[in-house]
Amino acid sequence: MAIEVKHEIFPKNPKKSYGLVELVKGTSPITDKEPETTVFTWPNLVFIELIAILLSSIILIALSLYSGAPLEEMASPDTTPNPMKAPWYFLGLQELLVFFDPWLAGVVLPGLIIVGLILVPYIDVNPKGVGQYNYTDRKFAIWTFSFGLALWYIMIVVGVYLRGLDWQWYWPWDDWELHKPPSAVSLIDYSLILTSWGLSKGGAQIVAYATVVGYFVVGMTIPFIFFRKFYKELGFARYNITMLFFLMMMGVPVKIILRIVFNIKYLLVTPFFKI
Amino acid sequence: MVDFFENLKNKIVETQVWKSIFRHGFPDTDTNRALVMFSNVLLHLHPVKVRKSALRIRYTWCLGGLTFFMFILLTITGVFLMFYYVPDTRSAYQNIKDLQYALYFGNLMRNLHRWGAHAMVFLVWLHMTRVFLTGSYKPPREFNWIVGVLLLVLTLLLSWTGYLLPWDQLALWAVTVGSKMAEASPLIGYSGPFGKEMGMRVDNDIRFMLLGGTVVGQSTLLRFYVLHCVGLPLLATLFLAVHFWRIRKDGFSGPL
Ligand code: HEM
Repeated sequence: MAIEVKHEIFPKNPKKSYGLVELVKGTSPITDKEPETTVFTWPNLVFIELIAILLSSIILIALSLYSGAPLEEMASPDTTPNPMKAPWYFLGLQELLVFFDPWLAGVVLPGLIIVGLILVPYIDVNPKGVGQYNYTDRKFAIWTFSFGLALWYIMIVVGVYLRGLDWQWYWPWDDWELHKPPSAVSLIDYSLILTSWGLSKGGAQIVAYATVVGYFVVGMTIPFIFFRKFYKELGFARYNITMLFFLMMMGVPVKIILRIVFNIKYLLVTPFFKI
Repeated sequence: MVDFFENLKNKIVETQVWKSIFRHGFPDTDTNRALVMFSNVLLHLHPVKVRKSALRIRYTWCLGGLTFFMFILLTITGVFLMFYYVPDTRSAYQNIKDLQYALYFGNLMRNLHRWGAHAMVFLVWLHMTRVFLTGSYKPPREFNWIVGVLLLVLTLLLSWTGYLLPWDQLALWAVTVGSKMAEASPLIGYSGPFGKEMGMRVDNDIRFMLLGGTVVGQSTLLRFYVLHCVGLPLLATLFLAVHFWRIRKDGFSGPL
């Protein structure tokens, strides 16, 4: 049955626009809001935090009752423990000492990691993937970060579980009380390999420099030529900084592989430092 | 009986003392839920309301919060340890032994402090990984990422300085390894590249400054103690304040 409207209580004004308004049940007034997407911090967040605190406390107390912090013999400068290990979170750096001189492994590389991390928000110009776990739109960023992280943790695992007496490689099933014979192969400098191929001393030195510089030059050029879009997105300055840090990071496993496969000790020997 | 307690509660809640401490009733109404966020100094780090989706555990995994909780836990257990620990190479080791074997709850406090430290280092890396994977460092949060990196470095330094304090073999030699690296610093370490050219000697370079001597000894222990118990925690607190402030100002990145 249609209701016949005799006269409008609220005559329509053509100069105004009208919206459909609804009365809803709620606990507080809301104006200028889309449909409600927020909730009160108390109790919704506060209780999650409380539960997280309680759970982690229980776990820590259980761990602490079950196993203790180690305490060895009193410190004595006269007896050097073998192997001499740093706390686990620095063992990655200590493991790097096998492959690099201390100024690189202990100072420059960690410094570069910190500076590189700080630079991340300024060299990653890709606006996608904020507030979500998004791999498809930022493959390069995710792969690079994960690679570095994996490298850090692999070195730590090696340092913690696979290095024994004299910092030699011990498998878990080896006898960790027994010294291993020093490795039979001796390490050799890259320039010495070159001279053994018939280069003069000076020539070998030039080739050594050229190899290191060439690694960076080629590394910087390849993406520039083949992935021009990548270069364009970043622009000149960002591209160079990104690639420099990327190549330095990749240089770490490269040097490790050169050492393991070709027994190369130093790639480049200058009067001031060796790489 | 129920009435008796109800009356008692009302009486207490009406007293001047109670009202001077708690400015509002239990947060079970919207007004009080907002007021509790304004008036409680710890809770006021939070906004009054949060987006429902930001609460998803599988977004943050609570990692930043848990890292912060580890910091608090370490502060509390650390104060307890400080009552018994003297940074003197002749007694430090015995103090730790006492904590372990002679003092009520001494061993529990020491173990909690140690496990908490491991956990904090581990969690801070995981938190950083979460922030990276969710792109939460992108504008406008670039600066908070930097603050985060500094917090990461501070966390590692706190752990490292604490490692020396028990003054056992582990401690001495771990710090010796670290100081070997310091002396190899370019320019400011005497055995590092360009160190000699800069006039660095074993008794004036960065390692000397760090250790307060040419070997790890009494001055090193005191330096590390002061840094571990006062200097670095103060710095960390400062940066944590900035970190949390910026989360509020920049808004939380959580999913929409
Ligand atoms: C002592 C160490 C740290 C503490 C206690 C801490 C604490 C927190 C907390 C409680 C949050 C809120 C969200 C969450 O729980 O995930 C947060 C967010 C954040 N943290 Fe940390 N953090 C620390 C270190 C770091 C590090 C190492 C980084 C990165 C290098 C970092 C970068 C950020 C950023 C960018 C946010 C904003 C995230 C967003 O809006 O989604 N923080 N932090």
